[in-house]
Amino acid sequence: MKKIFLIIALFGLVTLLAIGFLSQKDYEPDNQMKLKEKYSKKGKKAVDHSQFSVLQQDFNNPKQVTQACVSCHNMTAHQVMNSNHWNWEREEYVEGRGIVYLGKKNALNNFCIGSHGNEQSCAKCHVGLGYDENGKLFADSSNIDCMVCHDNTGTYVKATEKAGEPVSTLNFNEIAFSSGKPTRSNCGVCHFYGGGGNNVKHGDLEEAMFEPTKEIDVHMGTDGVNMQCVACHKTEQHNIAGKLYSLSSMNRNRAYCEDCHTSTPHADDILNEHNLKVACQTCHIPTYAKANSTKMYWDWSTAGKLKNGEPYHEEDSLGNHTYLSIKGSFEWDRNVKPDYVWFNGTASHYLKGDIINDTTKPLILNKLHGSYADDESKIYPTKIHVAKQPYDPINKMLIQPKLFSEKKGEGAFWKDFDWYKAAEVGMKESGLPFSGKISFLETEMYWPVNHMVSSKENALSCNECHTRSENGRLSKLTDFYLPGRDYNAAVDTGAIIMLILSFLGIVTHSIVRFLSKRKNKGEVNNG
Amino acid sequence: MAKKLVYIYPGFERFWHWMQAILIFFLAFTGFEIHGSVEFFGFREAVRYHNIAAYMFLGLIIFAIFWHLTTGQWKQYIPTFENIKGQLNYYLFDIFKNAPHPTKKTVISKLNPLQKIVYFGLKILVIPMSVTSGLLYMFYRYPSKYGVEAINIQSLEFIAVFHTIAAFLLISFIMMHLYLITTGETITSNLQAMLTGYEELDVADEEKTETNQVQLKVEANK
Repeated sequence: MKKIFLIIALFGLVTLLAIGFLSQKDYEPDNQMKLKEKYSKKGKKAVDHSQFSVLQQDFNNPKQVTQACVSCHNMTAHQVMNSNHWNWEREEYVEGRGIVYLGKKNALNNFCIGSHGNEQSCAKCHVGLGYDENGKLFADSSNIDCMVCHDNTGTYVKATEKAGEPVSTLNFNEIAFSSGKPTRSNCGVCHFYGGGGNNVKHGDLEEAMFEPTKEIDVHMGTDGVNMQCVACHKTEQHNIAGKLYSLSSMNRNRAYCEDCHTSTPHADDILNEHNLKVACQTCHIPTYAKANSTKMYWDWSTAGKLKNGEPYHEEDSLGNHTYLSIKGSFEWDRNVKPDYVWFNGTASHYLKGDIINDTTKPLILNKLHGSYADDESKIYPTKIHVAKQPYDPINKMLIQPKLFSEKKGEGAFWKDFDWYKAAEVGMKESGLPFSGKISFLETEMYWPVNHMVSSKENALSCNECHTRSENGRLSKLTDFYLPGRDYNAAVDTGAIIMLILSFLGIVTHSIVRFLSKRKNKGEVNNG
Repeated sequence: MAKKLVYIYPGFERFWHWMQAILIFFLAFTGFEIHGSVEFFGFREAVRYHNIAAYMFLGLIIFAIFWHLTTGQWKQYIPTFENIKGQLNYYLFDIFKNAPHPTKKTVISKLNPLQKIVYFGLKILVIPMSVTSGLLYMFYRYPSKYGVEAINIQSLEFIAVFHTIAAFLLISFIMMHLYLITTGETITSNLQAMLTGYEELDVADEEKTETNQVQLKVEANK
């Protein structure tokens, strides 16, 4: 009987051991193999535009090309004209504001601050030609710039400060012949240079992504699957999925990792469970700005210094500007560990003309909403860009300065270097009051980091977050209990005191026992 | 009263005891790595091993419950206040005077009243607390979307703190236990008994054994 019990017990334990170990096998999930296969196939174009007769004419300007495009693609103009790339704004419902058309026209950032009055310069990144301050452009379909997105020669570039016109030396015929789906170079020519230079804004989007290695981005690596932007930013009728939270409030039309990878991509259940509260990006993007530096801090208050009456610049050892007379002082960083925030997909924005209630602490220009207690929130990695930018301390609002102008004397800061004039003209053009006083306020912008995904071998390991170390990745997110990081101090202290007392009790008891035993023995012997 | 070598701990009981000892040590070690107190396996491996050992421990508990119920050994753990003062007196004072143990150890009554209370507490409070909070720790989901709202536990903290308290209680028990097993006839006699199953006991006369049996039956019927 006893033997049987023993055998049953042993057998049971061996079974449990086997289940435990065998269920933890590391293997590549089927889904990932399928994805690799799918995206490794590079299809050939279905259409060769160079054979179309309408493109056999000599193009002298981009509008002629657009006309030729529209002669076949005759139902696409309205799609483009409904897109964010064209309108520079989206219809958003914002709690407390109602329906807002949120975009470059009314939002301010803490880089070049705002587009108003500076359209000529900003329009370098608009999918239109001949940007008109009065807004006429937005109604005229002949202004659509097809080539900026569909050029597959990689040569199309817009001219600086020419309101969206391309540089004049381009071979438009060659470009038109090459037409196809947008490639990384089409998207990158604008999105890698936002904020006035390479990798200034995003931190995870920069010119190294034109031809990245797998090391920089596991999806886009030319030595790997070599995916294009539009593989994830799926596009239907010129409406591109995936949008950025510096300029959008509602949680819709997004591109998620889960769209391809599912919400249970790991073989290990414990890792899959993390997806309830942790975004994929958090573990799979350990650092951003992997190749070139990104701007972390921008101090407008030092702008305007001149040497011999001329603007000048200073650089660090990597060639990053640390000072520009027109923009102020900067700090840059490379291989940056992201800041982590709770984020449920919605954000609120500081809009031009909003009153700042509290000027004693940094003003957050795009507040990402979320908390542990919110069911929809997950932990996301972000880049926080900090700036000191001009504001009106009397009216308590951020100043939209006039920055760009072709000539001196129109009040543009980049020509005249006079904050007072730039503020006066800029605020007047924006239809906002200006008290005549200028101060500088610290502001923060949150940029969720979604690109520069590392291979799984380089993803975060558990103890980067599950640690008591102050350098732990999540050491600042304290609104929840994290195993390995948190403990109840009262319980731990109480327990340790209890264990020490028990130990001391045992030691004392054993010493007295030992001594009394010797004494008793002695008595016995003596007796 | 004569001394006689008695088979007091049957095979399964010894197997259960030692398996439990190994598992509790292993669980404590990996558990305190998860707690952040020590670093050895690395967090991920510690969690993995802790979970495997937890399932083994659960399996062992199920076998042990079955064994206790079918053999009637569960009656050994019914707490009693009888002679508890004597037992306390013994550990605090009489032990230093080389006095004999106040409780007679027999096959049908292996435990002294203090042991009965402590082991009963372990079985009914500490182990269940550890197991329940451990299972919640493993299977807790937040947010438990589409689940039952009423059991949507909002924070792991409650679960984790209870699990930690249970762990500390077990550790302090083990410390005491390790010391008190040295208070047998000789320092190692209790340990030897748990290893071999045999212990040299004072064999009482027939009468007394019968009394004990009657007493056990009466208690069982209550």
